[in-house]
Amino acid sequence: MNKLAYNRLLIPLLSILMGLLVGAIVMLIGGYNPVQGFSSLFSGMVGSPYAIGETLRAAAPLIFSGLAVAFAFRTGLFNIGVEGQVLIGWVAAVYVGINFDLPMFIHLPLALLAAMFAAALWAFVPGFLKAKFHVHEVITSIMMNYIALYTTNAILRSVIGVTNERTEDIKDSASLASPMLQELTTFSRLHWGILIAVLAAIVYYYILQRTTLGYELRAVGFNKHASQYAGMSVNRNIILSFVISGMFAGLAGAMEGLGTFNGMTLSASFTGVGFDGIAVALLGANTAVGVFLAAILFAGLNIGGLAMQLGANIPSELVKVIIAAIVIFVASGYALNYVIEKLKGNRKKGVEKK
Amino acid sequence: MEYVIEMLNIRKEFGTFVANDNITLQLRKGEIHALLGENGAGKSTLMNVLFGLYQPEGGEIRVRGEKVNIENPNIANELGIGMVHQHFMLVEKFTVTENIILGSEPRSGLTVDRATARKKVMDISEQYGLRIDPDAKIEDISVGMQQRVEILKTLYRGAEILIFDEPTAVLTPQEIQELIQIMKRLIEEGKSIILITHKLKEIMQVADRCTVIRRGRYIGTVEVDETVNEDSLAEMMVGREVNFDAEYSKANPQQVVLDVQQLVVKDSRGLKVVEGLDLQIRSGEILGIAGIDGNGQTELIEALSGLKKPEAGKILLNGKDVTGFTPRKVTESGVGHIPQDRHKHGLVLDYSIRDNMVLQTYYKEPFSKRGLMNYKAVAEKAKALIEKFDVRTPSIDVPARALSGGNQQKAIIAREVDRSPDLLIAAQPTRGLDVGAIEFIHEQLIKEREKGRAVLLISFELEEILHVSDRIAVLYEGKIVGIRDPKETTEQELGFLMAGGKRGEETV
Ligand SMILES: Nc1ncnc2c1ncn2[C@@H]1O[C@H](COP(=O)(O)OP(=O)(O)OP(=O)(O)O)[C@@H](O)[C@H]1O
Ligand SMILES: [Mg+2]
Repeated sequence: MNKLAYNRLLIPLLSILMGLLVGAIVMLIGGYNPVQGFSSLFSGMVGSPYAIGETLRAAAPLIFSGLAVAFAFRTGLFNIGVEGQVLIGWVAAVYVGINFDLPMFIHLPLALLAAMFAAALWAFVPGFLKAKFHVHEVITSIMMNYIALYTTNAILRSVIGVTNERTEDIKDSASLASPMLQELTTFSRLHWGILIAVLAAIVYYYILQRTTLGYELRAVGFNKHASQYAGMSVNRNIILSFVISGMFAGLAGAMEGLGTFNGMTLSASFTGVGFDGIAVALLGANTAVGVFLAAILFAGLNIGGLAMQLGANIPSELVKVIIAAIVIFVASGYALNYVIEKLKGNRKKGVEKK
Repeated sequence: MEYVIEMLNIRKEFGTFVANDNITLQLRKGEIHALLGENGAGKSTLMNVLFGLYQPEGGEIRVRGEKVNIENPNIANELGIGMVHQHFMLVEKFTVTENIILGSEPRSGLTVDRATARKKVMDISEQYGLRIDPDAKIEDISVGMQQRVEILKTLYRGAEILIFDEPTAVLTPQEIQELIQIMKRLIEEGKSIILITHKLKEIMQVADRCTVIRRGRYIGTVEVDETVNEDSLAEMMVGREVNFDAEYSKANPQQVVLDVQQLVVKDSRGLKVVEGLDLQIRSGEILGIAGIDGNGQTELIEALSGLKKPEAGKILLNGKDVTGFTPRKVTESGVGHIPQDRHKHGLVLDYSIRDNMVLQTYYKEPFSKRGLMNYKAVAEKAKALIEKFDVRTPSIDVPARALSGGNQQKAIIAREVDRSPDLLIAAQPTRGLDVGAIEFIHEQLIKEREKGRAVLLISFELEEILHVSDRIAVLYEGKIVGIRDPKETTEQELGFLMAGGKRGEETV
């Protein structure tokens, strides 16, 4: 068992190292200096209070989308629809943020709740279809992404209203912005969202590991036949899991709408927050702490990439290569595990020979 | 003497737990060598070491005299070692042929040559008398059939040394006799077999020699000849005398607990396999159902436990109509269920033993309060159950997957019997258990009966049915075709009824 825990740490860590190595090789092939590249990448990630602030700011939505994917996964479901749920949550938060005039202690929570509720509703659809008609959730949740993208734009245009492709700013009473956090990080865009993300990670752990619902959800995820035999309602759990997953996703959208951007812009393409959530959940092994750390790493790499472009003149796209490589290495963790075992086996044999 | 396999002083540890402690097993060419030991003694572990699934911490393995390092099953295959696992390793969605050829597919160019594959599979199946439907999907075929697929898999790979890990635990008596014939044929062709079984009768019937282990330690190897018998083997295995024919108290049946009226249930293909079944069980009695696999047992259980809605008919529990209830409502109405397929239906293998012990009751106090789990209470329950039912496990925190097959079964029985339901449905409850454990489980069933519960026992083993039932109902083609008193019937009569024979024809 100790060995298991050990491998669970070893594989992600090794994957990160190997991902960075791939990055270094690509830098060399491209004729760049990896030392210079990595030093500006890292200083862009965590080298200054500003860098740290920006990294944490970018991490908040990824934590939520990562938790959303991970939650569904822990209960045996693939929620590929997080991307769409993020958009729906974002637009709902912005709608409430603009159209209500309330004291902050009501307005902000209301906007967050709206995001959770709307996204949960959106996630309910694939959950319901799977439970009721056995339609595969991957197909439906992907399709719901497209519907979400166009629906969001339509709502922005006709319900909320846009000038120059952008909504007006949300009211201050619904904003997550924190002058204190900004000052602390020499005026990054860091906002209170990161604290809510910490809270969410705790709630995630709590639901799965401490509540009766969590016991049931995980049981169904592991073995739905035995769970059904034991009297659990598999269908109810599928729907519930999607709804809760959607709530996490909705909050990811709220981070963007109420924290970073203070509004929303018409968009022809996806935000990527939801899709990145899949990578985050994978690297984080679907645990609360893992997702939290993985989100910070990916966010940091994205933020650091910009600094790398400025400092070492290496295109920031290289960061995408590194992230993709890490994901591939983690996903093939099984193969990696085999290599590790092999190495260990050889070492043992060596000892035997003596 | 020529040995094909020698396992010398093998040691295997799981963390601090020693599953194999200095075990030696030597297999002669052309023999059937039985490996005997209690549940959790370390038999499967030892065989997994031989098959390259586990790496031993000590000792050495020789194949045909040569020291080898079996690092993975591929190497085992190359050495001519094949294994039929206690729990099958088949791909549910694949066909029989696909499963057999998986990993060593005949190719034509870049694609799998299906026609050749199918033909080769059919040839082998013919050669050894292992009837199968090569195009059926694994998920659609019976456990007995799945096992044939496992055996064919090893033969297809040209195994010379076959390891059978409790092959007969999942078979019906007829299938067991067929398997024994198959094993004998294999020996005639120069193959060598290691056979794990808890059924001493089978050892007496086919084995040439028998190696006994106890709690991970090597006890000894004996020639199976006139000098040994079932009692001496059992004693060697357990370390004390085992009482085979315990006498039980007389039943004292009271009011009707389960009343099934004109029940009709369809199977997954939509065929009516339970057709107008009537059945009554009273409190304080054990009713055994005898029948050949596939005569509606599975569907009857599914209907009784709420997993399947009957097409017609009624199920009354303590006079209350529970027809069409959900599994939860059925459970809450007082039904417990030891399922036939422990891995699929009995346990969440990735959950710890602790968590598995409250699979039906997790939402009730004291295990859960106001939506929160009380894992301390769960742990206490689990500890108590493990103690009481002698479930051998390193701790309650290991995943159920890590327990030996027999101990998994004991864990399920512990959970179900502990709730002391008004009606306990026990499907093959002692499958895979050692003789001591079987005796213990039978005692538990009797105790439930004495407490005034009703027990429905479904078993393919007539001996078991005859031994513990108070009444025996024979199931044939979805109907009860006769009720017998175990004291006044014989295996022959039951077998005759099970095959669809009618009263009066018996003398013909
Ligand atoms: N992967 C594992 N991790 C920890 N413990 C294990 C593991 N596999 C087996 N064990 C333990 O080793 C012991 C021996 O198990 P094994 O499966 O070899 O028993 P067995 O003799 O085959 O019993 P049975 O007749 O019930 O199948 C058991 O106590 C089991 O709990
Ligand atoms: Mg075993």
